[in-house]
Amino acid sequence: MKYFALVWSSLKRKKTRTILTLLSIFVAFLLYGLLCAVKEAFTAGVTMAGANRLIVRHKVSLIMSLPVSYQQRMQNIPGVDSVVHFTWFNGIYQNEPKNFFGSFPFELEPFLKIYPEYTIPEDQKQAFLKTRNGAIVGRTLLNRFKWKIGDRISLVSPIWPNKSGGAWDFDIVGIFDAAKNKKNIDTSGFYFRYDYFDEGRSIGTGMVTWYAVSVKDPDKAESIAKAIDEEFANSPYETKAEPEGAFMQGFAQQIGDIGAILVGILSAVFFTILLVAGNTMSQSVRERIEELGVLKAMGFTNERVLALVLAESCLLTCVGGLIGLGAAWAFTSQGSPVPSMLPVFYLPVRYIGIGVGIVFALGLVAGIVPALQAMRLQIAVALRKNG
Amino acid sequence: MFNWLSQVVSVTHVNLRSIPERRGAVLAAAVGIAGVVAVFVGVLSIAEGFRAAMKVTGSPDVAIVLRKSADTEMTSGLGRDETRLVSDAPGIARDTNGPLTSAELFVIINLPKRSTGSDANVPFRGLSSAAMAVRGDVKVIEGRPWTPGRNEVIVGVGAAREFAGLDVGKKIRIGQNDWEVVGIFSGGGGAGESEIWTDAAVLQPAYHRGDSFQSVYVKLASAGDFDKFNDALTTNPQLKVKVVRQEEFLADQSSMLTRFIERIGFFIAAMMALGAIFGALNTMYSAISARTREIATLRALGFGAGPVVLSVMLESLAIALVGGAFGALVAYFAFNGFKTSTINWQTFSQIAFAFRVTPPLLIGGVMWAVLIGLIGGLFPALRAARLPIAAALREL
Repeated sequence: MKYFALVWSSLKRKKTRTILTLLSIFVAFLLYGLLCAVKEAFTAGVTMAGANRLIVRHKVSLIMSLPVSYQQRMQNIPGVDSVVHFTWFNGIYQNEPKNFFGSFPFELEPFLKIYPEYTIPEDQKQAFLKTRNGAIVGRTLLNRFKWKIGDRISLVSPIWPNKSGGAWDFDIVGIFDAAKNKKNIDTSGFYFRYDYFDEGRSIGTGMVTWYAVSVKDPDKAESIAKAIDEEFANSPYETKAEPEGAFMQGFAQQIGDIGAILVGILSAVFFTILLVAGNTMSQSVRERIEELGVLKAMGFTNERVLALVLAESCLLTCVGGLIGLGAAWAFTSQGSPVPSMLPVFYLPVRYIGIGVGIVFALGLVAGIVPALQAMRLQIAVALRKNG
Repeated sequence: MFNWLSQVVSVTHVNLRSIPERRGAVLAAAVGIAGVVAVFVGVLSIAEGFRAAMKVTGSPDVAIVLRKSADTEMTSGLGRDETRLVSDAPGIARDTNGPLTSAELFVIINLPKRSTGSDANVPFRGLSSAAMAVRGDVKVIEGRPWTPGRNEVIVGVGAAREFAGLDVGKKIRIGQNDWEVVGIFSGGGGAGESEIWTDAAVLQPAYHRGDSFQSVYVKLASAGDFDKFNDALTTNPQLKVKVVRQEEFLADQSSMLTRFIERIGFFIAAMMALGAIFGALNTMYSAISARTREIATLRALGFGAGPVVLSVMLESLAIALVGGAFGALVAYFAFNGFKTSTINWQTFSQIAFAFRVTPPLLIGGVMWAVLIGLIGGLFPALRAARLPIAAALREL
């Protein structure tokens, strides 16, 4: 620690350069943090998938409907715990497609059993069960439009015309929050009662879009999925049941190469900036060979000179890198900049850990070559260098 | 004036010739700038390619009729009676078989991608017999068109390339029906090449759609007849529909994804540019501090401050231009024509497209490089010009 002043003053030797290097390291790690958040957002569904949950949809594609009667039939399959159905409502708020959010008629009680990561206070739950046109809104969505409990919202669905021919009205009676310690939960949805929806729609009654099924034993998930598909084989509405993780993965893979290319480009950017910054740091040590020679002449050992140079480069990367990671964390905890494209947007702790690792690795790699040079330096040669 | 110019030239000449001695730093700056340009061009080429794929090849006289509240074909729905009323409206082009309108059905099926084998949402469209005449630019480039009334499909070139099993002569099983692929087509306006087409009359029963459709494609007698046609439909009390030009419809359907990619592209390029500016500044500052004595000597010999500033800027610009041009080349060879497909959330279906590195993108990229070079050179140049001559000459 007593050499801190020495390290510090060598950083102050060329203030402009130190500051510029710091800034570029800062930018690199800010970018790294955002990259990780975007990557996480693309795969959010996969990481939040429950091992004991299956998703059941029409075999041909998700846009085809299944009869609501399948709920009871699946409930009777051995090993199935609870079954809940959802319908894609495609509600549009204030006639503005930009205001898009996911909206689904569903049934609350089986939903809460299957998705314990969503919580709602008991009184709001009762209010929902009592209010025919009640709606439960995810916290993220509630904040986005600054709604509150008691607000009346009306949505237009291009798919499901209302019998009255107009918009669908809802009273917000509850709020879904993510359970404690769960960060990657998508609370951007709008949920309301299926019975209200089914009686109100003028076409397609008795049909739903997909089911979520919880199984008693996660190890048997695959075989239960098979049993479900067999139950409905050769009917007009054949199903495809798969574990939620596989379903979400398939969904994420629809984005295809684009996601991978964006992540690849961001990584290339990150490493290019590191390269530039690392080069500058090496250069600044090379310029000081003579001074290092003086230190050695004064009795600094080889190891100590090595440590000094490494400490300097690590200090530089730590200050820049940690502030960059901090800024990325602060930015991502503001919530998603594009809630309609990336509803789940946060920086997972493990990526911060990896980031800190890269910070130190950068400090060591950028410092090691000039540090070794400095260590092997012959005093006489060094002192003669500029003479 | 001539003297001033020759001063600039000679100082710049000296600067440029000393670059090999500082090649590490200069290379780092150039690589940084090349990176900015490559990233900028690369990301935006995705958006360009996507936009190009969604563009219609030219007919402003094609209009689409949807249910009033729908913004995509998927969420629209029209009965047989409604599609008949649409066909009777004024302003529609006709041939010997009657009005050029095509009532169509649009569904999504899951097929594995050739590249990864994972399921993809592929659009499956049922068309009426006049569909080809309405679109005008469709060409069957392999095989033959479908025979009405049979389970036969033709597939767009993009779909044939991206999704497994779409080869002429093969059968694909969808639900409980087998469909034979009898042809491959090109054209069809925008997203068409990513689709599978068949006879609407066969698709309806296969999808329990009864006698309903989702959209009507209409060829207008002329582009100017749009208003007449639109007014006739929207004032008809028996219809609850809206009319959009095909061009605008497609542009709107691609807007969300292109905007998203463009924003990401600008954001990444801006961040990267910041990093590169710091790199360039560092390089030029150290270039100057290494030459403090030379610059002071020049000033003592009578060279003006202007030529010194300008020469430093020119050097920085030269590095930026070389780096930028290199980055643009890399982006061109790495990204141009790269074929892929992605999901368009607005239509919930896959669209096949190729990245496009266009000349405006390349120019834009080089502009970034110039900007970085200017900023990276300006401050160090000013410092060089302000050096106190006597003190600088004494510097070791």
